[in-house]
Amino acid sequence: MQTKRTIFGNKGLPYLLLAPQLAITAVFFLWPAGQAVYQSFLREDAFGLSTTFVGMRNYEALFNSSEYLNSLQVTVVFSIATVIASLGIALLLALAVDRMIRSAAPYTTLLVWPYAVAPAVAGILWWFIFNPAIGILPYALEMTLGYDWNHNLNGNDAMILVVVASVWKQISYNFLFFVAGLQSIPASLREAAAIDGAGPVKRFWTITLPLLSPTTFFLLVVNVVYTLFDTFAVIHATTSGGPAQATNTLVYKVFDDGFIGLNLGSSAAQSVVLMCLVMLLTFVQFRYVERRVTY
Amino acid sequence: MDIRKLAALGAVSTLALGTAAAAQTQIDWWHAMGGELGEKTEALATAFNATQSEFVVVPSYRGSYTETMTAAIAAFRAGEQPDIVQVFEVGTGTMMAAEGAIVPVYQLMADAGVAFDPSAFLPAVVGYYTDPQGNMLSMPFNSSTPILYYNRNVFEAAGLDPDTPPATWAEVEAFSRQIMESGAAECGFTTGWVSWVQLENFSAWHNQQIGTMENGFAGMETELTVNGPVQVRHWENLARWQEEGVFQYGGPGGGNDAPPLFYAQTCAMYMNSSASRAGVLANTPDFEVGYGMLPYYDDVEGAPQNSIIGGATLWVLSGGSDEEQRGVAEFFRFLSSPEVQAQWHQDTGYLPITQAAYDLSTEQGYYAANPGADISIQQITLNEPTPNSKGLRFGNYVQIRGIIDEEFQRLLAGDVDAQGALDAVVARGNALIRDFEAANN
Repeated sequence: MQTKRTIFGNKGLPYLLLAPQLAITAVFFLWPAGQAVYQSFLREDAFGLSTTFVGMRNYEALFNSSEYLNSLQVTVVFSIATVIASLGIALLLALAVDRMIRSAAPYTTLLVWPYAVAPAVAGILWWFIFNPAIGILPYALEMTLGYDWNHNLNGNDAMILVVVASVWKQISYNFLFFVAGLQSIPASLREAAAIDGAGPVKRFWTITLPLLSPTTFFLLVVNVVYTLFDTFAVIHATTSGGPAQATNTLVYKVFDDGFIGLNLGSSAAQSVVLMCLVMLLTFVQFRYVERRVTY
Repeated sequence: MDIRKLAALGAVSTLALGTAAAAQTQIDWWHAMGGELGEKTEALATAFNATQSEFVVVPSYRGSYTETMTAAIAAFRAGEQPDIVQVFEVGTGTMMAAEGAIVPVYQLMADAGVAFDPSAFLPAVVGYYTDPQGNMLSMPFNSSTPILYYNRNVFEAAGLDPDTPPATWAEVEAFSRQIMESGAAECGFTTGWVSWVQLENFSAWHNQQIGTMENGFAGMETELTVNGPVQVRHWENLARWQEEGVFQYGGPGGGNDAPPLFYAQTCAMYMNSSASRAGVLANTPDFEVGYGMLPYYDDVEGAPQNSIIGGATLWVLSGGSDEEQRGVAEFFRFLSSPEVQAQWHQDTGYLPITQAAYDLSTEQGYYAANPGADISIQQITLNEPTPNSKGLRFGNYVQIRGIIDEEFQRLLAGDVDAQGALDAVVARGNALIRDFEAANN
């Protein structure tokens, strides 16, 4: 097959065209990341008046701290629960909408709405609904199931709350991509399978899901990053990492130690660890999970 | 409009601003007072600006106490700091240690040649913000102390005397049970600020040590000692009362869920800052509110002692011009004048910081017309403060407050007993105090 190739006459031009993007990456990623690495080796007072180089001491303290290890564990539970629930529910909704003929458009519009809500606002909404003192849901739970909901004291309740709030926020995004992915699967494939006698479940597992795998893979990467970083506002507005650190995820702890506690060295070390973790996760995803994706 | 016209207009307006700024020295004041308190705060600046033409104080709201303090510190590191920043009491340790970043108030007043008499201030208030030599470091602005609010209607319905608030914890328990059994309310009491009210003030009120070296006032080598038998006994009771429904927990930090419990008449009693008074009155049109001092255990020797303050002070950051510093000094003199103080105290429920302001309020008949408004003052001045009840000063205390909340939550969730929770507060808190000591040496 013959492909069109664009040839740059001047060697400098491609670099010039890349420059704006490179400059943005340098200013907004490389520079701050470098600062974080540098700061993670220092012990400083809040005002930066006395600075001591302490080598790996901040990192040692981190991995000897039971709070940090707890935060790591909380993050794993939170991320897995959020990713599975938001992908699963979004896929179900997308499949349902895909079967509709005339009413698909209004449903799609309605389902996308939550995405327009700012995370902090979403957090406040859920905080209201779940509030143990004035919320409607604890009241309903008490009335119907006799369950005493109190995310101020019960760590599991708090975890459920932040997962529900984060999932609700992300479903719209996942849903849109799934709908688009489903629409790009040729109807003829499914029809042919149906004629051959494959039921809806069989068709889903053998045709729809494999053909949807590029979308699913993309969403997996995006959702993992979402749970690790973007859920900060939801946690900040609902539980603030409590009770007793039950929802203190890695990114929230970076904020809490750095901006509330003013312990910049430890906070910087935590962001470096977090950065490495995300790079590792993304590498694993592209290296191993992507192999199973059929484009 | 074409671009040249626009540019010309811009240049003209910049010039206009420039001349205004040249005539008056601008003083930037970052504060953390939102809502109604914010309006009252801005009004103070407006009033000061109207009294003279040399300086113009520009207040700007920077979010919560923590956000304001963090923003000011970040601004300092970037060399863009405001002249004045409002810092809450638990940030005192951090601000004090930052010697190169702040201008102590006593020094500011002396340098600016503004008349200033430290003895005019209430010792219970300024004691919290003076160095070991007795020099005032920051300007008390909004200070309060926790008091007891109670629902007089519920008391009456339960067959209790609405004029008699509980004085002791035994009475709190007995009253609560009577209220719950009579069906007048679902729960006895709730509280805001668990760490401030049920640990720090509780300790001072019972003359129990919070930390070694005069609760940290005498030096950074201090250690927490809040795991004493009196505190353990109280936390044990709180956990038991929570189990039995006598007490309902209102959440960590300020206890966001505590006020609605009181406003909705779920709980009959409520402990929180004296500055909550305006909010309490605004939110309780359906019932009458009574006021009392904090309860105490009558078998503890030395109780009740005196309560300690919370709230915030104004710190002067270094780096301003001499002219700006003089303006700040003038502004502080204005703030501490009896008329301004008395008005601020009466509008907000914060404590008056000078004896003169208290006397003026009495003279104006404010306390006669507003029973209960002087409970806070009586409480902090009940006895001559001891080294245990002067206040507290620990580095990294913002984080330690978080730890106190966490351990209290673990206690209420049944993960740990009272002794274990307070031992953990001490162990984890001391580690942070040592970090602070290391970072500031």
